[in-house]
Amino acid sequence: MAAVQFDQVDVAFGRHVVLRQLQFDVPEGAFVGVIGPNGAGKTTMIRLVLGLLRPNSGSVTVLGQPAGRGGRQIGYVPQSFAAEPDLPLRARDLVGLGLDGEKWGFALPTKDRRRRIDACLERVGALGYAEEAVGTLSGGERQRLLIAQALLTSPRILLLDEPLANLDIRSGHDIIRLISEIASETRITVLFVAHDVNPLLGVLDQVLYIAQGRAVLGSVEQVVRSEVLSELYGQPVEVVRVQGRILVFAGDEMVPLGHEELLPHGRPRSLPAEP
Amino acid sequence: MASIWNTIFAPGLFSYSFVVHAWVAATAIAVLAALVGFFVNLRGEAFVAHAVPRGAFAGAAGAFLIGVNSILGLSVFAILMALGMGLMRRRSHNGVITALALVTALGLGDLFLTVGNTYAPEVFALLFGQLLGISGSEMVAIAVLSVCLVGVIAVVYRPLLLASTVPDFAAARGVSLTAMNVTFTLLVALAASLTVPVVGALLAFSLMIGPAAAGWYLAKTPWGAMLYSVGIALGTVWVAIVIGYDSSLPIGFLVAGVSLLAYMVARAINWFRRRRPGEAAVVPTGSGAVAR
Repeated sequence: MAAVQFDQVDVAFGRHVVLRQLQFDVPEGAFVGVIGPNGAGKTTMIRLVLGLLRPNSGSVTVLGQPAGRGGRQIGYVPQSFAAEPDLPLRARDLVGLGLDGEKWGFALPTKDRRRRIDACLERVGALGYAEEAVGTLSGGERQRLLIAQALLTSPRILLLDEPLANLDIRSGHDIIRLISEIASETRITVLFVAHDVNPLLGVLDQVLYIAQGRAVLGSVEQVVRSEVLSELYGQPVEVVRVQGRILVFAGDEMVPLGHEELLPHGRPRSLPAEP
Repeated sequence: MASIWNTIFAPGLFSYSFVVHAWVAATAIAVLAALVGFFVNLRGEAFVAHAVPRGAFAGAAGAFLIGVNSILGLSVFAILMALGMGLMRRRSHNGVITALALVTALGLGDLFLTVGNTYAPEVFALLFGQLLGISGSEMVAIAVLSVCLVGVIAVVYRPLLLASTVPDFAAARGVSLTAMNVTFTLLVALAASLTVPVVGALLAFSLMIGPAAAGWYLAKTPWGAMLYSVGIALGTVWVAIVIGYDSSLPIGFLVAGVSLLAYMVARAINWFRRRRPGEAAVVPTGSGAVAR
């Protein structure tokens, strides 16, 4: 059974087409990097998987069921959260909300509850600051808490929304290693949304490349190639591998893959117009 | 001994019925305002807590005009205002929507007062409260409604906390952020409707903001913050009654003053606490234990 299945999915907001004819199956247990420039439709894809948005046509299936709101099978890790240093919320309290924060009433502090929260805190290496106020923690520490929070329901899919966006390179690498360890221990399916495929090259099974509202799924070798990306973008794109890193060469500009927004006008510049 | 007691607590403070009404009503709204205040603080929505009681004031003015119960007018206006704000608010324009709701309500209040030619002391009581003028039936209504609303807070506590701290995660878990927005503004509106007749429209929000803000600096957990908030709010209104009964100082001033004082003390305590762990951190803790 596929963990996530998109079948002929179209999404448009008014006349603005965001995703067109998305068609792919993410196999269970796979570590998939969801890569693409800003505005390509990554956030829309996440909202479809979470059931927060319905496609205009086509279907989204999660673990054999139509995607629906509030599923506890998907552990969702948001980019970050805002917290001032004085916020009276300890790391432990925040993570605990992952267990049953959506339910009415309040939770009584039982031993079993504490044990489960401790186990998740330990798994992400956050037990050392479990009693600290969340507002005093660094970006990397907050990211670990969000991962622990998502893991509390023992989900079968872990969906990380640009976890590297607010982190320095070193913390980013630590987070990638942590997710990769969790993935190999539990056989959980990972959808890791990122700008750039390069930091993830060592851990990915597959890459889901989204651009111009379309997507291709496959191994890095299959997908990140000049022909495939040119087809996806609808204009000539050249992929270059330099010292183990992948760069995209389009028009007369060269940038790392996934950083197409650095190009003029936010996407690969077309070749000079013919006279 | 008896003379000291009488110096602090003037005769009749616990026996005259109008003072007993004040004790009960003030205690009930203090608990409610303190709990709602926790969420006001958590969501950084002090402006909403400021605006809604003024909207409620317009409702009371309208009630005078058409000759119905002013608390009914208060509640209807506060709820309409809250529903409007809760549904229309988007993350980026919260302040603008709140401000528009506020000026609309104040404008209507002005209109109602002018058209109705309302007797000045009634307006004055609405603006500044009349803690010692609460009737027996008003006391019962305030107490019963407060208990009900505290019950509502207990029910929505977890999803509201989740939606207020990690909104994206809450949405992924199926919590409707719009529903939580509306729930929150409704709670503020209902708490304001009960607080305005007692503390006054101008200063009702001091009871919602001050104690909760003070509790914020003293506690480490949401529960702790709410407990401190309730404790400080109770202390505030009780001190205000004792002083207000004895002297002719206005109740709004006393509530605002005491809660500001509590806030400043809490910040000072927090500042001292923060300094100490900072100094201790210079000594390496983990490696020191190994060396021994």
